[in-house]
Amino acid sequence: MIEKPLTIWEHAQLRGYSRRDFLRLCSWLAAAAGIEASGVGRVVRAMETKPRLPVIWFHFQECTCCSESFIRSSHPMVADVILDKISLDYTETLQAAAGHQAEAALHATMEKSKGEYLMLVEGSVPLEEDGVYCCIGGRTALDILKEAAAGAKAIVAWGSCASNGCIQAAQPNPTGATPVHKILSGIPIINVPGCPPIGEVMAGTIVHLLAFDRIPQLDGLGRPKAFYSRRIHDTCYRRPNYDAGLFVESFDDENAKRGYCLYKMGCRGPVTYNACGVMRWNNGVSFPIQAGHNCIGCTEKDFWDNGPFYRHLASFPGFGIESTADTIGLTVGAVTAAGMAAHAISTNIRKRKLIKESMKQSEAPGAEDKGGA
Amino acid sequence: MPSRIVVDPITRIEGHLRIEAEVKNGKIVDAYSSGTMVRGFEIILKGRDPRDAWAFTERACGVCTTVHALASVRAVEDALDITIPPNAELVRNLMFCAQYMQDHVVHFYHLHALDWVDVVSALKADPKKTCEIAQSISSWPKSSPKYFADVQKRLAAFVQSGQLGIFANGYWGHPAFKLPAEVNLLGTAHYLEALEWQKEIVKIHTIFGGKNPHPNYLVGGAPCAVNIDDSNALNAERLAYVGRLLEEAKEFVEKVYIPDLLAVASFYKDWGAVGSGLPNYLAYGDLPVHGYRDVAQYKFPRGAILNRDLSTVHEVNGKDTEEIQEYIAHSWYEYSTGDDSGKHPWDGETQLRYTGPKPPYEHLNVDQKYSWLKTPRWKGHPMEVGPLARMLVAYASGREEVQEAVNSALSHLNVPVTALFSTLGRTAARGLETQLIATWALEFYHQLLANIKNGDSRMFDNSKWEPSTWPREAKGVGLSEAPRGALAHWIVINDGKIENYQLVVPSTWNASPRDTQGQRSAYEAALIGTPVSDPDQPLELLRTIHSFDPCIACAVHLYDEKGKYIHQINTF
Repeated sequence: MIEKPLTIWEHAQLRGYSRRDFLRLCSWLAAAAGIEASGVGRVVRAMETKPRLPVIWFHFQECTCCSESFIRSSHPMVADVILDKISLDYTETLQAAAGHQAEAALHATMEKSKGEYLMLVEGSVPLEEDGVYCCIGGRTALDILKEAAAGAKAIVAWGSCASNGCIQAAQPNPTGATPVHKILSGIPIINVPGCPPIGEVMAGTIVHLLAFDRIPQLDGLGRPKAFYSRRIHDTCYRRPNYDAGLFVESFDDENAKRGYCLYKMGCRGPVTYNACGVMRWNNGVSFPIQAGHNCIGCTEKDFWDNGPFYRHLASFPGFGIESTADTIGLTVGAVTAAGMAAHAISTNIRKRKLIKESMKQSEAPGAEDKGGA
Repeated sequence: MPSRIVVDPITRIEGHLRIEAEVKNGKIVDAYSSGTMVRGFEIILKGRDPRDAWAFTERACGVCTTVHALASVRAVEDALDITIPPNAELVRNLMFCAQYMQDHVVHFYHLHALDWVDVVSALKADPKKTCEIAQSISSWPKSSPKYFADVQKRLAAFVQSGQLGIFANGYWGHPAFKLPAEVNLLGTAHYLEALEWQKEIVKIHTIFGGKNPHPNYLVGGAPCAVNIDDSNALNAERLAYVGRLLEEAKEFVEKVYIPDLLAVASFYKDWGAVGSGLPNYLAYGDLPVHGYRDVAQYKFPRGAILNRDLSTVHEVNGKDTEEIQEYIAHSWYEYSTGDDSGKHPWDGETQLRYTGPKPPYEHLNVDQKYSWLKTPRWKGHPMEVGPLARMLVAYASGREEVQEAVNSALSHLNVPVTALFSTLGRTAARGLETQLIATWALEFYHQLLANIKNGDSRMFDNSKWEPSTWPREAKGVGLSEAPRGALAHWIVINDGKIENYQLVVPSTWNASPRDTQGQRSAYEAALIGTPVSDPDQPLELLRTIHSFDPCIACAVHLYDEKGKYIHQINTF
C-alpha cells in the first residue's frame, strides 16, 4: 500500500482523467451538494488538496437498496473515484463484521484512522432478544455498531432503515429495529432518509463531507437541508392542479391521463420532505408522481404506519387555514372563470404564508446546525 | 479428520448468509448454510390493507427490486379475482425484463467475473491481440487496439497506485485462472463498460414506476396512465425512450455479455463437472403473453424436474396445500403444530424463536436449529431454483427457442448435456436466458405500441379497487420468477385486511438449512465435492457459491477448524 494518501485529484489523474473531467466532476458535485456556482472553486480546491477520507460502510437490517441507489449516481466519475474509495473500505467494513477472529484486523484499521474515519450505516439495528435478529460473523449488529462508532469522525445513516427504522420498525416491530441516532450519542449523525434515498443525494452528502470536512447544515431531524428542506408538494410539477382543484379520482381515469394532482389517491407529498420534485430519479428521468403513482412518503418517520397508502390525508400540517382538498375540488368545480382567478390569487397568498410556516417548522427547536465534525 | 471452514458473512439480498463447511483432502465434504438476519415482514403485514402489501414486500430486496412487488400484486389480484388490462401486463413484463438484464449483467461482470478473469494478468496482454479476439467474437464497436491499450494504461496506473479498490480480490496469479492475458484484458474493459451501462437500463423502471430501486406497482394494473397527446403521462417521448433503452440493452447483451460468457466458458469446461448439487429443479414460470392465468402461454414455462429426468415435466400447483410446504426443523421458529410438521404457506406461521448460541459465537450448533430461513420443499423434495431450473424446465417442456439457445451453447463449447448440471451450467443458463429476454422485451414493447395505436390505452382495472367490492374472505397466490429463481407470495384476506401473508423466496429454496429428514438444500448440496485446493485462496469455493448469484456486496471469510482466520474474500 502507498504511504501518503492520495488526494482526489491525484487519484483521478491516476485513473486517466483529464483536468477538464475533474473540473466537470467538481461542478457536478457542487451542484449535487447544493452549492451555488460561485462556490465551485472551493470544491475544486478542496478536492485538489484534501486526502481521501477513510470510509466504513456497514450493512445491518436492510435490503441493500441504498447501495444500489448509490451506484446509480449519474456522474460517471462518482463510481470510479468516490464509490471506489468507499468500496475499498467497505471491504474492511465486512471484515469488521466477520466475527471476533477478524477483530484484530479491523482494530488495526480503526486504530490507524482513529477519530478520522467516516462511518456509513445501511440498515437498522435490532435490540430485542439481545440483538440475535441480526448477527454477522457471530456478533450482534449492536456490538459491531458501538465498537466502530467509538472511533468514527461522523456517521451517515443511509436510508430510512438507519435513520428512522423503516419497514422492520413498522408495527409491531417484531425485532426491536432501532435507528442509529437512538442508539448512539456524542457523535455527529447525518440522517439521509428515503427508501432508498436518491443516488445523487447520497453522493452529494458524501461529497460535502469530503470536500469541506464538515457536516452539512441539518434540519431538526438531522437531515441535510440542501435536500430535505422542501416538501414534495411544494416542488411538485403537478402542484398547479392541486391549487386549481384538479384531482385524479381513480387511477387511469381521464384526469390521470392529464396528469392532475394525486392528492385524492393518497399522495403523501404534502407531508414529505425530499428532493424528488427537484432532482428526480435516475439522472432526472422521472419520479413517482410523474409516473402516475402517489408519493408514499418514504423519507418520513413511521411512514409505513401512516397508511393505508391509498387513503388520502384528511388534512396536513400547515394547511389548517384552508379547507381540505376535497372541498377545494368541489367549490372550484362550481365557480366561474372569475372565481378561478380569485382562487388562484388567494392560493398564492396562502402558499407564501404556508411556505413561511413550514420553514418555521423545520427550524423549530433543535433545528439549528449540528456543527462541524 | 475434516477441518471446519466458516464462511461469514456472505452478505446477501435477504440479509446475511453464513456457511460452515467441512473440508477433507482438498474437497468440501459437508456444508451448512445459515441466514443470520431476520426482519419479520410476515408479522408486520398482518392486519394491513392488501393493496399496500406490494410496497412492504418490495423492500425484501433492493438488489432484485420489483420482483416482490410483482409477486405481491399478483397474489392480491388472484385472491380478489382481478384481471389487469393487457397493457398493464406488458408494462409489468417490460419492468421484469429490464430487471433481469440489469441484474444478470451486473452479476456476470461485477460479482462473478472476478472468479474467472485475472485482472492483473491483463497488464501483460497485447492490446492488438485483444482487438483481434474481440473482433473475432463480436461486432461491438469499442474494440480497437487503441481502446484496449488505453484501458490497460489506466489499469497499470491503478495497480501502481497500490489502491486496488473494487479489484482488491487478491487471487491474481492463482493457478485456477486459465484465461490468456488478452481475454483478461477484454473482460476488464467490459467490466468497466458494464458498470456504466447498468445505470441506463433501470431507467425503464423510472419511466413506468417513478424510480429505481423500488419503483411503484399497483394492484389492478400499472400506475402510469397513457396519453400520447399530453406531456404529463406516458406519451410518445416516454415510449420512444423505453424503446431506445431496450435496443441498447439488446445490443449490449448480444455483443458484449454473451460473446464474453462463451469466450470465458470455453477455458473453463472442467467446471461443467463441479458443483452439480441437487438433481431436482423447480420453476413457477413467468412472462405471461395472454394474461397471468393462462400459464401455458408463459414465455418461461412452469414445472418441476426430478432426478434430472428431462423426459418428464411435473405439474406444479401453488394452491395445492400438499405440494409446497415449509419446514422449521433447523430454523429458529416454532410451529403450533410441532416443529417437525410442514406447513403450506396459506397456513404458514411466523413465530420467531431463537435457540442458537449466544453471540458472540464461534460456531452454530448445526445439529440443532441454525438459520432464520425456513426450509421449503415441493412434495417433500428439495429443489434448486434459478436460471438453470428455468432453462431446464423450458427445455424439457419442448420450448424451441430455449432448446436452440441451449443446444447452440453446448455445441459451441463442445460439452455434453450433463455439463448443464454444474457451476458452469448455472452461469451459462443465466446468460442464455438474458439473451432470450432481450429479444422478448422488444416483442412486449412493440405489442404495447400496437395496442396504443389501436386505441387501447387502459392500464388499470378499478372494478375491484374498493374493499367494499371484495368477498369477506379470500385467498390468493402470486407466482413469479425472480432473477434468482422461483418466487411466490401467499395471502389470506379477511374483512378487507391481511390475515396471513407468507413469502417463499428463491434464497429460501436454495440457501435453507436441512429439512426434518436431514435432506440438504441447494447451496449445501452444491458445495459438496467443490475443490478447495488452497485454503488461503479458495477461489473454487467462490465459483460455486457465486454461480447461484450472491449479491452486490459479497464477502467471504474463511477460518480453519480451530476458528483461526484464514482468509477474506471480497468481491465488489
